Amino acid sequence: MKTMFPLRLRDLKFQPNGRAVLDGVDLELGGEGITLILGPNGAGKSVLLRTLCGLVEPTAGTIEWGNGARPHLAVAMVFQRPMMLRASVLENVAVALKPFAVPRSERHERAAKVLERVGLAARATDSARQLSGGEQQRLALARAWVTAPRLLLLDEPTASLDPSATTEVERIVREIRTDGTRILMTTHNLGQATRLGDDVVFMSAGKVREHASVQRFFSRPSSEEARLFIQGELPWRMNF
Amino acid sequence: MAAFSSTFYEAFLLIASLDHRAVEIVSLSVRVSGAAVLLGTLIGLPLGAFLAVGRFPGRNVALVTVNALMGLPSVVVGVIVYLFLSRSGPFGELGLLYTPAAMVVAQTVLVIPLMAAIARQVVDDAWQRYAEELQAMRFTWWQSVTTLLYDCRHSLLVAVLAGLGRAMSEVGAVMIVGGNIDHATRVMTTSIALETSKGDLPLAIALGLVLISVILVLNAVAFTVRAWAMRRYG
Repeated sequence: MKTMFPLRLRDLKFQPNGRAVLDGVDLELGGEGITLILGPNGAGKSVLLRTLCGLVEPTAGTIEWGNGARPHLAVAMVFQRPMMLRASVLENVAVALKPFAVPRSERHERAAKVLERVGLAARATDSARQLSGGEQQRLALARAWVTAPRLLLLDEPTASLDPSATTEVERIVREIRTDGTRILMTTHNLGQATRLGDDVVFMSAGKVREHASVQRFFSRPSSEEARLFIQGELPWRMNF
Repeated sequence: MAAFSSTFYEAFLLIASLDHRAVEIVSLSVRVSGAAVLLGTLIGLPLGAFLAVGRFPGRNVALVTVNALMGLPSVVVGVIVYLFLSRSGPFGELGLLYTPAAMVVAQTVLVIPLMAAIARQVVDDAWQRYAEELQAMRFTWWQSVTTLLYDCRHSLLVAVLAGLGRAMSEVGAVMIVGGNIDHATRVMTTSIALETSKGDLPLAIALGLVLISVILVLNAVAFTVRAWAMRRYG
C-alpha cells in the first residue's frame, strides 16, 4: 500500500503581495522520525508548516505526497498559542474527533486515554483555560494525538514554556513519534534540536539552505549561514 | 400628588392580590415573548454564526441588511405579518391572525435580526482567534459554527437578553396582528397602552412594574450565570 511519504516539495513559493515568504523551497521528507526546522525569524518556517497543513495556498511550486492525494485528515498541527475552548480539558481533546465522525461516547473514551498519556487525566474535568501554559500545550498535543495523525506539524510548541514544561512536552513528542507519527517541528532552541531531532532543515530568507542529520548539522554545517546561526551570530532576518 | 401616590398604591395592591386580569395578561406576555425568543435563538444565533464564519458572494450585503433590520419598526413588521396572515394572504388559511401564534410570529421576525447581529459580532471575534486551528483540524463550516456557538454560549446570553427585551417591550406589531383582544391576545404592553387611554392607571402601572421586574429578574439571572461561567471556564 502506498503511504503519504516520501513528501516532496518542489520549488515551493509563497509570495503575498510580491514579498517572498517562501522563495523556492525544495525538500524531501521520509516517513519516519522528527525533523526540526531551524532558522532566524522571518525565514519562512511557520509558513512552511501552514502550507503543508493546507492553511496557506502556495503561489507556485508543488507538494507531492507519496500516494498522490493531499491527506487532509492524516495531518495535524499544534500552534504556539493553542486554542482553548471554554470547556473541560476532556472536551477540548474530544472535539478534535468531530471531523472523523466518531460517536460522542467513543470520542470521550479516546480523549481520556490520550489524556492519561500526556499526564492530564487528573484534570480532565477542569476548565481548559485554567491550565498553566505547559499544561495547555500538553492538551494541544493530546488534541492532535487523539486523531492519530500520520504527519504532525508543531509550530514552536515550547516557545513560551519553562524548562520543566519543555521537558514534558519533549517527552510527549517522542512518544508520539514512537507511535509512528512523522513529526515536523519548528524551534529556536538549539538544545532542543539536538535532544529531539533526527534531522535538521535550516531555512533563511524563504529557502532551505541545508538539510542534514542533527549530528552532521551541528558538527559540520555546510553553509556559512548555518554556521553563523549555530554560533548565534546570524543577524536577525537576513536577506541573502 | 395624592392622586399620583394613590395610583401607585392601588397598583401595588393589584400586584399583591395577584389580580386575575393582571396574572392572565402577564402569563400570556411571558409565553408569547418566551416562544418568540426561543425561535429567535434557534434561528438568529446560527444565522449570526454563519454570517461570521461563512465567506460567500453577497456576504457584505447580508451583513448590512441584518444590521439595518435591527432597527426595523415594529409596526412595519406588524403590517407585513398581518398581510401574510390575513384571509387573502399566503398563510391566511392557517387562521392565525388575532391569535397568540400570530404574535409569536411577529415578535420572532422582530428579534431575529437583533439576535443574529449580536451573535455575528460575538462569534466573529472568536472566529478571528480560532479560525486557523479549526481549519487545521479540518472542521466543516457547520462544525465550526456549532463549536463557536458552544464556546461563546455565555457571551451569547447578551443576544438572548436583547431579544427578550425587544420582544417583551414591543407593542406595535402585537397590537396589529393580535388585535389586543381581552382574554385572548392582550399582553402587558398592549394592555398598558389601552388602560392608560381608558384612564385605568393602576392596572397600567401594575403591569408596567411587573414588566420591568420580569426583565430585571431575567437580566440578574443571566448576569449571575454568566459570571459563574466566566469564573468556571474563563
